[in-house]
Amino acid sequence: MNTRAPSKRLERAFSWLCMGAVAVPIGFLLVLLADVVMDSTSRLGWEFLTSYPSRKPDEAGILPGFIGSIYLVGLTALIALPIGMGAAIYLEEYGRGGRLSGLIEVNIANLAGVPSVIYGLLGLELFVRALSMGRSLLAGALTMALLVLPIIILASREALRTVPRGIRESCLALGATRWQTIRQVVLPMALPGILTGAILAIARAIGEAAPLIIVGALTYVDFLPSTPTSAFTVLPIQIFNWVSRPQPGFVQDAAAGIIVLLTTLLLLSSLAVVLRNRHQKRSV
Amino acid sequence: MRATQSGQRRIRRHQRALMREWLMERLLLACGLLSIVTTAGILFVLASESFAFFSEVGLSRFLFDTQWTPLFVDKHFGIWPLLSGTLLTSAIAITVALPFGLFAAIYLSELAPERVRRGLKPALELLAGVPTIVYGYFALVFLTPLLQTLVPGLAGFNALSPGIIMGIMIIPMISSLSEDALYAVPHSLREAALALGAGKLQTIFRIVLPSAFSGVAAACVLAASRAIGETMIVAIAAGQQPRFTLDPRVPIETMTAYIVQIGLGDTPTGTLEYKTIFAVGTSLFVITFAANALAQRLTKRFKETV
Amino acid sequence: MHTTTFPRSTIQSSFLTATLCVAACGAKEPSNSGTPEKTSAAAEPIAVDGSSTVFPITEAVAEEFQKTGKGRVTIGVSGTGGGFKKLCKGEIALSGASRPIKPTEVEVCKQNGIDYIELPVAYDGLAIVVNPRADWVDHMTVAELEQLWEPEAQDKVKQWSQVRDGWPAKELHLFGAGVDSGTYDYFTQAIVGKEHASRGDFTSSEDDNVLVQGISTDPLALGFFGFAYYVNNKDKLKIVPVDDGRDDNGKGPIAPSLETISDGTYQPLSRPVFVYVAAKAAQRLEVQAFVEFYLTQGARLAKEVGYVPLPENAYALARSRFKANKFGSVFGGEGSKVGVTVEALLAKE
Repeated sequence: MNTRAPSKRLERAFSWLCMGAVAVPIGFLLVLLADVVMDSTSRLGWEFLTSYPSRKPDEAGILPGFIGSIYLVGLTALIALPIGMGAAIYLEEYGRGGRLSGLIEVNIANLAGVPSVIYGLLGLELFVRALSMGRSLLAGALTMALLVLPIIILASREALRTVPRGIRESCLALGATRWQTIRQVVLPMALPGILTGAILAIARAIGEAAPLIIVGALTYVDFLPSTPTSAFTVLPIQIFNWVSRPQPGFVQDAAAGIIVLLTTLLLLSSLAVVLRNRHQKRSV
Repeated sequence: MRATQSGQRRIRRHQRALMREWLMERLLLACGLLSIVTTAGILFVLASESFAFFSEVGLSRFLFDTQWTPLFVDKHFGIWPLLSGTLLTSAIAITVALPFGLFAAIYLSELAPERVRRGLKPALELLAGVPTIVYGYFALVFLTPLLQTLVPGLAGFNALSPGIIMGIMIIPMISSLSEDALYAVPHSLREAALALGAGKLQTIFRIVLPSAFSGVAAACVLAASRAIGETMIVAIAAGQQPRFTLDPRVPIETMTAYIVQIGLGDTPTGTLEYKTIFAVGTSLFVITFAANALAQRLTKRFKETV
Repeated sequence: MHTTTFPRSTIQSSFLTATLCVAACGAKEPSNSGTPEKTSAAAEPIAVDGSSTVFPITEAVAEEFQKTGKGRVTIGVSGTGGGFKKLCKGEIALSGASRPIKPTEVEVCKQNGIDYIELPVAYDGLAIVVNPRADWVDHMTVAELEQLWEPEAQDKVKQWSQVRDGWPAKELHLFGAGVDSGTYDYFTQAIVGKEHASRGDFTSSEDDNVLVQGISTDPLALGFFGFAYYVNNKDKLKIVPVDDGRDDNGKGPIAPSLETISDGTYQPLSRPVFVYVAAKAAQRLEVQAFVEFYLTQGARLAKEVGYVPLPENAYALARSRFKANKFGSVFGGEGSKVGVTVEALLAKE
């Protein structure tokens, strides 16, 4: 075996190589983002945000997609948050170590790895066809709720774990029931962490297109959804529609739509970071 | 008298509280059981439609034919064209992601100073947070024209461009999981190597990496599973022509893109067309499930050996 | 659920207020024309689906119609066949079709008790298109196209040199309309001689935009789709003149254009396109308004998006057909009919 250690120079070169491995992808992303920003400047503006899609690229707007996305993720959060919290509470507070809990945990882990199109197929067969909801906002929201449930459950469990054991025990010692303890003491303490999880789930849901295409979000909508049974479209699908059109003007529309999407995500992520920091300060 | 009345009231209140308690526990359990119901739902939906498909078409035609033309006059139901499209794009993705991901992990875990690590790690995670529709836009609008100047004969729809973009997307998965694996290798091993006179490079390549091998392998398998299940990037940039080939320069179609293509048309239930998307969906599910299970095995083995 | 533990902290309450605010604001968003709130906002949207070929016309009409505030329209692109399936199940109000309704579809509609009114809306040509860099292609004959697209060509005719001697021995990348598309039905009827009979190993899509994108970026590509899609992407595509071997409608290879399509010289690849209205939907006020709008504004808008408008009296005839609730198809429910000129169409009305 060659026992002479390679020179310091080689080590340094290797270090630079590895640093490049981190820098190159990040740099690539920055280049791509710069490209999108440059493509979007001609279209981005208030008019773009408040117009409907059009056959003319310079009159097209993102309004139904944006509002549809907000309604969809709002409804998704409304459905998924209580259920996810409930499941997390059960796993952390009631069923620890039981066989049923173990089975639930295995299922959640597997579901997190299932491709999102499969959720679309489930939603199509179950919500759209079997339960006759049609291509509605509700069917889309239910499908997305199933998709993001593992995220909410995971984040909620972590939030619940940050509450010290001692607090629960002292409440029980004072005569409170388990549920009273959870509802009045544990949950409020874990709430910022849970909400962080909700925001992560929303961020994931807002960027998804494939399952919603299968569940029937339209690519041409010239109105805003008014009820959960309305037809709808979302931001990523509107962008998809524009990317598929070969006329050059639509590339700018797609780029502008992407900027709207990324900005929304950035705001959401910042909110999550702020919440997390606040939560950390609290539990100190 | 008064004492018994208030006592009775207290008992009733206590009973109500117990009832609520019992109810809440059942309700919360139901929330937890939903995940099992979801899994069951997915399996049932995939299985029942696939069963209908295979009773009409036959499993051997599905597994052994090399053409996929289910809707045309000359019907062929071989999964291989779609499967090869999926595997080709995923292989390109892994080829791109593995070197970057692994060396990034080595850098962040072994070589970088703490301050740099704290800044670069979340920056790398950003790559995973970009919505896939945005990556699809990049592939079609930016990368494909660029590659067409470099690669002669590259068609507008091809496997190379989405493959590379998917690779970039999964770099954080490989780097993050590999970093965890590298981190789990005990310090004592490193220190022993250094004490014996090995340099940093030798320590990394001869001691740390081999010990972390299962963990890194698990990371790769998981990232591959992610690439296999990816839909929007390939739907936009890879094409819609099912074709049994390994040439990355021509239009192909992946399993996921096929499902979206038919899904866009809102096919009615009960038609052969409808059943094909479930047959393809089942194949996709089986492959990703097997990959995820393999990754879990590898992780377990890694945790045992380290 | 747990209202008593609900947020006292500012972040959570502001998050909630923000969501409610956006939802409320969303409900009050003005339409892009600035007109006052739509009176028929409570009415159900008019569901349109069907042909990708007819889509650009319907899209233009719907966009202008929406500005008048008389109704809302959703448009799907499932293809002519897909549109008929939904029409005959009573799921949609209007279906765009790039070929007349066929016997199997007539049967399904009859079984479900769905009556329909057939309205021609424009004339369209099918363009054979290649990439501008394919400089070896000057024209093609119908015979060559048949040899290229027939079912027997599947997995066999894979190179340009197999179609005509002297063409390069390079791969053929074929693009064409999807099987639910009326364009596909018409093309197979006109070129292969049997509806729905073609090879299966090409990029098939109900969305003509995908085909344009594919061909315009691939030097080895060849495909067919509606002429209007060529017109709107002229700078990226090269049209292939077609020689049908008959002299009575023009000698030699003829390229599609507004003139050659409307005067009948571009054959066999010219055809009328239609909109079918479900009889029950025709009872709705907003649907009547939409159809009326379609048939009055359609000529202008069809031309704007690259189609050949029918003569004015054709639209007048169509309007009276609609008002009289004349059900059924003038083509006897036989599907694609090759060689229907504008005059023949008018005669049938």
